[in-house]
Amino acid sequence: MKFLQIAKKDLKAEFRTKQMLNSMVIFALLVIVIFSFAFGNEATIFVSNLNKKIVDLLAPGMLWIAFTFAGMLGLSRSFAGEKEEGCLEGLKLCPADRSAIYNGKVLSNAVLMFLMEMATLPIFVVLFSYDIKNLPGLIVVIILGTLGFIFVGTLLSALTVNTRTREILLPVILFPVLIPVILSAVTATGTMLANGDFSDVSGEMQILVVYDIIFFVVAQMVFEYTIED
Amino acid sequence: MPKKIVYALTAILVLISMYLLFFVAPIPIDPGSAAGDPNNFKIFYFHLPIAISAYLSFAIVFVSSILYLRSKKQKWDMLSLSAAEVGVVFAFLTLVSGSIWGKSAWGAYWVSWDVRLNTSLILFLIYLSYLMIRQAVEEPEKRARLSAVFGIIGFISVPISFLSVRFYSKMHPCVVPPCPSGGGGGIGGVVLYYLLFNFVAYFLLAATLIMLRMDNEELREKANELKRKNNL
Repeated sequence: MKFLQIAKKDLKAEFRTKQMLNSMVIFALLVIVIFSFAFGNEATIFVSNLNKKIVDLLAPGMLWIAFTFAGMLGLSRSFAGEKEEGCLEGLKLCPADRSAIYNGKVLSNAVLMFLMEMATLPIFVVLFSYDIKNLPGLIVVIILGTLGFIFVGTLLSALTVNTRTREILLPVILFPVLIPVILSAVTATGTMLANGDFSDVSGEMQILVVYDIIFFVVAQMVFEYTIED
Repeated sequence: MPKKIVYALTAILVLISMYLLFFVAPIPIDPGSAAGDPNNFKIFYFHLPIAISAYLSFAIVFVSSILYLRSKKQKWDMLSLSAAEVGVVFAFLTLVSGSIWGKSAWGAYWVSWDVRLNTSLILFLIYLSYLMIRQAVEEPEKRARLSAVFGIIGFISVPISFLSVRFYSKMHPCVVPPCPSGGGGGIGGVVLYYLLFNFVAYFLLAATLIMLRMDNEELREKANELKRKNNL
């Protein structure tokens, strides 16, 4: 349970300034606002041969672009802060397994990201006057997708913190690996927004769950190599 | 020197396979039913072998990354670097030759709902970012360690990407021959022998390039060693 202490430390430091959380939320808000300016009028047009409004087609992609881009901000700072004043060395000296550091970071990153998503979703609903048909299903999809994003993102954030161009490198190496999560989450989100249920997206849900499990387990095994020196 | 024999064999086989490709290999498509120029099928004879060679190179990156993390021996790092570079080149050639073939056969360079196209593109992108990581770290030991971690992560995500792209594009499961259902261009008989010959030629080509790249890297190490010794 040492990872809980590490997560608690991170969140305590974060909520003192709320620096990261504020920028994540505002960034996600800005992405949604820009989309609403760009597609504003066209989004309400009804496409009769698909029996959908244009906003129905765009909504899942817009949401996940906002989530992943804003989440990327949090991830790139998650280990960068530890580089200052030798905090990472202190963490490594903790009488705990190395994977506890990873699990703690996963937990704190996930909390920040869920808070950001909780703030973004209502703004999206307001700006596009959208009504979500299957909210519980949507929440499950968002949780699974976010976990996949965080599991891989935290590992690669630890990996890039040692490199010269860390802020630029992280998105470049993270997105190719994330493609399965983003594709499945976008498709499943689209179905949930349009009143589908889990039986319509069983394939996507399986991929999300399998991805989450595999990368959580693999990250436990390889994480120690990313921070050892 | 057994290495030299491999190099010579590669050169001969690739030349022969080129000759066979342009002058001998049959086109198993009925000219009447084929879209575009039926000669475009000849691309298939090297398109498939280089695609599979790229996949094999990436598998080598995966295995040698694991071996590096276990043993911390530099030769495994050199092997993953060489295999990744060769694999990226081969994957790029696969995309290019596939696009040219697609333009002729389907009328479009890129068909975004096709599974194999997207999977090859994802593979290419993942290993491109692998090379980016290598570029971004200067210390050799750290570079080897971090890129080995990514070599493992990247390879694991490939089969999941394949599955997710398949769900994402369930409308058109199989366009590129050979299809398991027997659609597309049926592969069999003489075509198969030519194809197998090309497989051998291009596997050897990939192996030769990887070996040459490793030699290259060893020489660079030696040069650096000498520089350090003489304080240059």
